Amino acid sequence: MLRPVDRVGFEVRAGEILGLVGESGAGKSMCGSAIIGLIDRPGRISGGEIALDGERIDNLPEDRLRRIRGKRIAMVFQDPLTSLNPLMTVGQQLIQTIRTHLPVSSGEARDRAIALLEEVGIPAAATRIDAYPHQFSGGMRQRVVISLALAAEPELIIADEPTTALDVSVQAQIMALLKKLCRERGTAVILITHDMGVIAESTDRVAVLYAGRIAEIGPTRNVLSTPSHPYTKGLMASTPSTTGTMHALSQIPGSMPNLRAIPKGCAFNPRCEKAFSVCFKDIPILEPVDGSEVACWLYDPAVNPETKEISGVSE
Amino acid sequence: MAVGFISFAMFKFMGDPVENMLGQEATLADKAELEERLGLNDPIIVQYFRFLERALSGDFGVSYRAGLPVGELILDRLPATLELALLSGVIAISLGFVLGVYTAIRRDGIAAHFIMTASLVGVSLPTFLIGVFLIWLFAVNLGWLPAFGRGETRSLFGVDLAILTWNGFKSMILPAVTLGLYQMTLIMRLVRSEMLEVLRTDYIRFARARGLSQKTVNFGHAMKNTLVPVITVTGLQFGSIVAFAIITESVFQWPGVGLLFINAVSFVDIPVMSAYLLLVAVIFVTINLIVDLLYFTIDPRLSVSKN
Repeated sequence: MLRPVDRVGFEVRAGEILGLVGESGAGKSMCGSAIIGLIDRPGRISGGEIALDGERIDNLPEDRLRRIRGKRIAMVFQDPLTSLNPLMTVGQQLIQTIRTHLPVSSGEARDRAIALLEEVGIPAAATRIDAYPHQFSGGMRQRVVISLALAAEPELIIADEPTTALDVSVQAQIMALLKKLCRERGTAVILITHDMGVIAESTDRVAVLYAGRIAEIGPTRNVLSTPSHPYTKGLMASTPSTTGTMHALSQIPGSMPNLRAIPKGCAFNPRCEKAFSVCFKDIPILEPVDGSEVACWLYDPAVNPETKEISGVSE
Repeated sequence: MAVGFISFAMFKFMGDPVENMLGQEATLADKAELEERLGLNDPIIVQYFRFLERALSGDFGVSYRAGLPVGELILDRLPATLELALLSGVIAISLGFVLGVYTAIRRDGIAAHFIMTASLVGVSLPTFLIGVFLIWLFAVNLGWLPAFGRGETRSLFGVDLAILTWNGFKSMILPAVTLGLYQMTLIMRLVRSEMLEVLRTDYIRFARARGLSQKTVNFGHAMKNTLVPVITVTGLQFGSIVAFAIITESVFQWPGVGLLFINAVSFVDIPVMSAYLLLVAVIFVTINLIVDLLYFTIDPRLSVSKN
């Protein structure tokens, strides 16, 4: 059995934006699909639990899960150009979604749809509602996608790389929109991305994923300014900065392991300069370090005699 | 035009009709006179345009064998072929579509696997074999349906149709199924693969992530998106149903234009053959036109914005 996501645990509070960051194949999107219950066969959730507002949802029958999807948990996908059905008008898709979850007439649903489009910043929403997706630009389409996700006022939005397919100026607008809506409505957001810039600007907390496991999780400022896990340190060192002197970007040697060949112990061990004996034997678990939680044996004084020295350096 | 030229060229290169018409005891003088009367001494290009001009006004000449105008002969037979083609087209499209969607949605089910395996038979067996097998089973052994002929017909707006009488309808079932079976399996496999393709797209994932019901997603969102390629192929297939009707009509002795054509071939009745060729070409072109027009009603991306 392959484990694209392994022992990942986190929580998101209402009104909070949690970032999930990691390389391609780190299991970010799989986390999102698992939460909303849309893992494609033959994948499945083999263990653990997912709870929404204290109520476990991962073991619900498909029919009840469907009622949660869109109504309480919504999802925004990466590519707005392919996320909308090309043969239906924007309004038809909105009205259909609204009426699936709310007991309103089609007239009311239409009014609501127009209000939603206005809210996400579509000009002349009342006429644009009858346009087809191909008549919108990429950025506008992503706004439509967000309005569809918001249609039934969900408590949680999972945004899977919502800006990756957009050009940079539009990216900032879309992120600002997501942040604004999240603040205004008190919606929790899980923002999946590999863009450290987006993480730094938009998220309250961040979880760094590596080979399907959480390497480090904590308040964004904390994780980015004082990374503890060697992988996070490597990531930060390889992110270009506009301040300070110019120097060649450092790289983490090697690449993320194939799912079929995740090394024993800590998955990061082949690429880690600091790896020592325990790292090759046992999987580290998350422990509090400097206000974050880090899964690394370096911070376990019981196995690493140098721990004091290392934390002394970072202080 | 191109098909018209080929049909016309058949006159020139496939035997000498004058000899057939006059018989063996004709003199050279008789022959010359007839050639003059038929306009065969004019330059080829003149003859060709004369042929086109007459074809456009529905005059395809006179059948060598029956001695009747070809236009009349074909018009007489056309309803039989068209009603057969239509019925088998309807069977092929409706059944092919339903089965294709079903096997795509339940792609791991036992029934779906069975249907897919059975469809291989439909694709690979030649039409005449299926026809003969169906006759053997339903007409010879079970005796439920007639083995050949068109049964009784009833006139509607001056057109004799078999489908309007019970007896005629029963006679139509076997040939229609034979004719449509191949097309049905083809449409089914196409719908299935298109549907599987569409079900993997982002907008289907997004539709499901919005909590739309399985039914809405499958039939409201996925199915409509499979239509464009399916209609293209279905349109072409309908053309070939008319063309393939030759085989089915001769197996079931169905009195349509296909049978007329087969008989014409064995008697080198060239006016009939060329008129049939033109007719099939016209049907193909018409269907393609209809298909292109259908695209616009299905896919909004194709229509130019009115604003």
